[in-house]
Amino acid sequence: MNTLLEKYTDEVQTILAKYPPDQKRSALMPLLYLAQREYGYISKQAMNEIGEILDITATEVASVVGFYTLYHDQPAGKYRIQVCTDLPCALRGSEEFLKQLCENLGIQPGETTADGLVTVEEVTCLAACDRSPVFQVQTPDGLVYHENQSVENAMKLIRTWQSKP
Amino acid sequence: MAKLVTLTIDGITVQVPPGTNVVDAAKKAGIDIPVFCYHPKMEPVGMCRMCLVEIGRPVVDRATGELVRADDGSVKIQFSPKLETACTTPVSEGMVVINTSQKVKDGREDILEFLLTSHPLDCPVCDKGGECPLQNLTMEFGSGQSRYIYDEKMHSAKHVPLGDLIYLDRERCIQCARCVRFQDQIVDDPVIGFYNRGRALEIVTYSEPGFDSIFSGNTTDICPVGALTTADFRFGARPWELNAAASICTQCPVGCNLTINVRREAISQGRMAIKRIMPRQNEWVNEIWICDKGRFGYHYVESEERLDQPLVRKDGKLTPVSWDEAINLVSMRFKQAGSNLLTLVSGRLSNEDLYNIRKLTDSLNGKSALYTQMGGGDVVAQVGMSTGSNLANLGKGDVILVIATDLHQEAPIWWLRVKQATERGAQLIVANARSTRLDRYAKYPIRYAYGEQNNLIAALVQLIDPQKFVDAKAIKHLSEQSIIKDTAEALKAAQNLVIFFGNEGSGVADSQVLAQTCAILLATTNHAGKPNNGLIPVWQRANDQGAWDMGWRPPTDLSTSIKEANALYIVACDPAGDDPRLSLTPDFLVVQDLYLTPTAKLADVVLPALPFTEREGSLTSGERRVQRYYPAIPGRTGALADFAIAAQIAKACGITLEERSAAKVMDAIARENADYAAISYTELANVEEQWPIIGRADLYYGGTSYENKQGLGMQLQNAVQKGEPFQISLPELVEQSGEGLLAVPITRLYDRGNTLIPSQLLRTHLVSTVMWINAKEAKQQGVEEHDVVQIECGETSALVTVELEDAVPDGVVLVPRSVGIPISEPCRVRLHITERV
Amino acid sequence: MKTEHVLLRHRDHPEINELENYRKIGGFEVFRKVVTTMQPNEVIEVVKSSGLRGRGGAGFPTGLKWAFVDQKNWPHYVVANADESEPGTFKDREILEGNPFQFLEGVAIASYAVGARAAYVYLRGEFWQIAHQLDRRIQQLYHAGLLGERLFGTDYSLHIFTHLGAGAYICGEETAMLESIEGKLGQPRLRPPFPPSFGLFGKPTVVNNVETLTNVPLIIERGAEWYRSFGTEKSPGVKIFCLSGRVKRPGNYELPLGTPFRKLIYEYGGGILEDHPIKAIMAAGASSSLIVANDPALDTPMDYESVPSLGAQLGSASVIVVDDTVSIDWLINKTVHFFRHESCGKCTPCREGTFWMMHLTDRITAGKASWQDVELLKDVASQMRGKCFCALGEFSIEAVLSGIERFRGDFEARVKG
Ligand SMILES: Cc1cc2nc3c(=O)[nH]c(=O)nc-3n(C[C@H](O)[C@H](O)[C@H](O)COP(=O)(O)O)c2cc1C
Ligand code: SF4
Ligand code: FES
Repeated sequence: MNTLLEKYTDEVQTILAKYPPDQKRSALMPLLYLAQREYGYISKQAMNEIGEILDITATEVASVVGFYTLYHDQPAGKYRIQVCTDLPCALRGSEEFLKQLCENLGIQPGETTADGLVTVEEVTCLAACDRSPVFQVQTPDGLVYHENQSVENAMKLIRTWQSKP
Repeated sequence: MAKLVTLTIDGITVQVPPGTNVVDAAKKAGIDIPVFCYHPKMEPVGMCRMCLVEIGRPVVDRATGELVRADDGSVKIQFSPKLETACTTPVSEGMVVINTSQKVKDGREDILEFLLTSHPLDCPVCDKGGECPLQNLTMEFGSGQSRYIYDEKMHSAKHVPLGDLIYLDRERCIQCARCVRFQDQIVDDPVIGFYNRGRALEIVTYSEPGFDSIFSGNTTDICPVGALTTADFRFGARPWELNAAASICTQCPVGCNLTINVRREAISQGRMAIKRIMPRQNEWVNEIWICDKGRFGYHYVESEERLDQPLVRKDGKLTPVSWDEAINLVSMRFKQAGSNLLTLVSGRLSNEDLYNIRKLTDSLNGKSALYTQMGGGDVVAQVGMSTGSNLANLGKGDVILVIATDLHQEAPIWWLRVKQATERGAQLIVANARSTRLDRYAKYPIRYAYGEQNNLIAALVQLIDPQKFVDAKAIKHLSEQSIIKDTAEALKAAQNLVIFFGNEGSGVADSQVLAQTCAILLATTNHAGKPNNGLIPVWQRANDQGAWDMGWRPPTDLSTSIKEANALYIVACDPAGDDPRLSLTPDFLVVQDLYLTPTAKLADVVLPALPFTEREGSLTSGERRVQRYYPAIPGRTGALADFAIAAQIAKACGITLEERSAAKVMDAIARENADYAAISYTELANVEEQWPIIGRADLYYGGTSYENKQGLGMQLQNAVQKGEPFQISLPELVEQSGEGLLAVPITRLYDRGNTLIPSQLLRTHLVSTVMWINAKEAKQQGVEEHDVVQIECGETSALVTVELEDAVPDGVVLVPRSVGIPISEPCRVRLHITERV
Repeated sequence: MKTEHVLLRHRDHPEINELENYRKIGGFEVFRKVVTTMQPNEVIEVVKSSGLRGRGGAGFPTGLKWAFVDQKNWPHYVVANADESEPGTFKDREILEGNPFQFLEGVAIASYAVGARAAYVYLRGEFWQIAHQLDRRIQQLYHAGLLGERLFGTDYSLHIFTHLGAGAYICGEETAMLESIEGKLGQPRLRPPFPPSFGLFGKPTVVNNVETLTNVPLIIERGAEWYRSFGTEKSPGVKIFCLSGRVKRPGNYELPLGTPFRKLIYEYGGGILEDHPIKAIMAAGASSSLIVANDPALDTPMDYESVPSLGAQLGSASVIVVDDTVSIDWLINKTVHFFRHESCGKCTPCREGTFWMMHLTDRITAGKASWQDVELLKDVASQMRGKCFCALGEFSIEAVLSGIERFRGDFEARVKG
């Protein structure tokens, strides 16, 4: 059974409609986001399902997953906090911000909190260099920017997630 | 032809066609530009940056469009400040290429150093050692020492099975993408790809079941380092210890040229043993590729089960005897049988075997029969591919028609070459009752009901020439279809026309008619007898065409012929294995084969033959190219070549037949058979220079495919080409009829034939005793996936497992050939469920 | 110097991210005028004579690029480059958030000019929210009859789609971007052929940066002469300068090309944090060479011709300011980490070279290196020069080589022995 196709029939069609009919493969990246929403990460099953929809091999799907950093082939924390520590942000203290945030959470960059809620990652420039420290939160549902942050703010945000059922 | 472009490379002036890249142009001038990622059979990608050269171009005055000249009158050349990649740069008029300057050398040393920093340098234990371009280029261009910090090198997995045939050493991979591009662009089976990016790029497969592609072995040939190796050869030997013998693949009618690498083996008591099978270049046949069946399916020749002594039944048991005793007994009984002798052979034999055995049988007044499920070889002799043909010449304006065959499974390299012709612009018509993998490239995919193939071709003929098949009711519903009308138009407009026909959905008689209708189509469109035109039969065996050419024909009714015979001489076929109920009970049964097949077990005398790897011979491909193979290793004592056995029997019967060498037998064939008049072993050994240049220890690296030094073979002239009259009359057409479920045998690449089962490596790929049915029909028939059912066809039946497959038409079940299901022609069947899991 | 907001008009009209407000200031009237009254080549002529050059980094003349589109091969496409991933660049994002309709109108006009009936906006994956907003805005345009079939009663039709990337800087390179839209790895293509002859789906395609396109509506409305009244002779027009790093007021500043560094950094940016001395400037993000921030440099006009005189490039005008609290070996370690992370892996020198530069700069900044390692670093960078498949690899060595050459003392202080 092709869960993606059956559960999201309309959405899949809308995505396919963006591209010429003989260029179905172009729908790969949007479908991967859809799969990530459905499964939380890009599972092998998702690769097979997408391959089937687009008439390409699971390996071709996997190659694209492997290339781009916003697709994940492994599950991690429900919220991925991705802190920019690239040069412009680093010039404004983002490395210190990351360090303190991690200390507060008791993890190292790249790790997930024990409750499985938060993974902290370092990322390259997010095009928000004038509002450092900045991080984005990636969840299966999408991405949200948080700019001009302090560790207190960030911890407050995390606590709101913790208190959600 | 387009005007040639003139350029100079290291001072040497070269002329090449426009569009040629600098690497190839240099090669034509005998200059090696080193490459890793560039492969002459694939589009250049310019990734590895090894082929850097200095390039200068004439300066043109913008205003006048004239060349700017220096004071001495010479054309002013402007060099670009950067080195350029020769593989991606097309030549242009007046270009000046420098391949030897210090700047160029430094550039290459830089690139090599980068490549080596992430390479494990485990050459002493690498299978590619000795034939590795990275090693060779390092000797040539490397700096001799690495300045990089060794403990920070990449380390990654070394023995990664990408499938059960191909292994990957991630450390050795230099990310040239040759393998990925081969799978993607050349064979359209992208089941391996890159994962990650940057320095973490690695080859992976996420397909199920892994790197499972019938051409996978070729990636190990073109991998420029030891990253990809076959499960067959890994750690098998070092390339420089190997001897090479030229051979021809005997697995299908394409006739791919092979090199067999052999070595003296301690484990086989110092005998010579085959270490691997490699492609040998023949741009007319297989270019530089072979399929995995040809590469990995040879192990039967070294099977422990092989016979090495004649056997004679004594007290009910097959008992070893001397050759003299066996031959005397056989000759005596054959003479007694006279016209009641029936000789049954298959296209597994060489031309020389087929000739001698035929001579023997004829001299004794015996009957001869070809064991085959397909007809039409005589038609092919009239309108087959003409001398001077090459599928690689087909392109824009040409049409290829493929009917009643699944080329991908039956003749993989033809599938590949047809696909490539479509990429060059040829229009493809694929007609079959079901979809096959070739449909992807077809401009006109045509579906008909099994049994209608002859009528379809007749309908096309009728549309093109209304005078033919005038009143045929059977074709009306076909010729009215718009796709068939369009197809007829395309055929009419074709510059060249090649037709492949098979026997899917036909018996022997029906496929004979198919050959005729196809021949008529060729004649009607005025394509018969011309180069790059003709009829190509997709036989099941490598030398079926040779058998027809040597005068062998399938019997109208095999089982009756067998029943009527007193003595049976069965060579290189196993009718009892294919159909256990066939009654093989003549007074005297002689079987000549490699092993004790089910048929041989019934024999009174068993004569051990030599496989193609241990003797000489020639084969005639479906394109009617005669090619010779050479002995790769000495013949096992106790066994003899088939033609020699026949000659010995003949001698004992008082008949003289050539037995000294296959070459001499071929001379006899040439004297007697007008089609083969020009053929001799010397002629067959002729070679000419081929492009691309491959297989030498060049820096320009085309792969480990072997250069062809032992012969390209000769394509026969067909009757029409020779100016003989076209002698095929319009066959009678019959309307499709019959009620009930139709079982159709189909050919799968990895069947369970005697010549494949002994290859352990391919074991998991072999098709099992299944039947394919579509889901709707399954419901109708009350069967479910995985059910074991008794499939009954008249008197015979077999147990098969049900597999669902969308591509099977309604009212039909497909069964594989050569797996022991005794259905050799389409037949109406009944199903009984015997087991449900 | 005369200036006004041509691009960041939302700074004067904060509400123009709503279609009806944008239309109140004349929005989409230019597009209507173009479609109903102008020939495509007339539009191209205006853009050509405005002197507009690509704002994505390479500075290629925009009108000329449009004119290169192969007229013998159809259909044509326009792709807007909203990948904005160069460290220190954040201008396109502000346009997309604040002045999105002017950008979309620019896309529409460009499409008409090159005969494209479909345009794709390629946004970096991180612009997930922006992409969703943009999708809604595109829908509004359809509802308002400003996109879709047979526009304004003519037979010109246009569709605009967004395509979201997924975290890969290389996809800002135009051919890698095309591969990415086609559902492949974002690895650059061999050029030539260039996109105007072989682009998206193999068809002639114009790729333009967001900022470039956002200039277009006003250029057509007010004319080439008006646009040329900003900036310099050879670099006419306005440009958004992204100011970041150790300044008091980082942010986007829309100024005429030719504005000196000093004015941007000290007047608009408010000077250096804690009034430290300025040390170095990177004018084109992480891809820049390092400019020694002395007085002559600070007085150099920021335009396509003058910056090269400092041994640097203007690029996308992402001005990263570095003060004396920063050691240059640390800085290049940052940029090299970025390029190592973003190298697509297609070509040998970039794939291997960025990796080794990372290792060597790691050792250097950790104080574990000797001067020999600095020399080796220089060698690796020089070994890459001129040999990479695309500009990413070539850019990755700029800061390294200029850093070692122009700030040698920082390295000497760091290494042992
Ligand atoms: C590695 C690399 C990254 C690039 N990133 C961007 C980018 O993020 N945005 C952009 O508009 N152009 C980027 N470019 C430039 C584009 O290739 C292309 O030149 C530009 O989109 C053309 O638009 P323009 O003529 O309007 O500037 C990049 C180029 C390279 C080599
Ligand atoms: S320079 Fe080479 S490896 Fe680097 S991004 Fe460009 S093509 Fe990819
Ligand atoms: S770049 Fe030319 S051979 Fe690899």
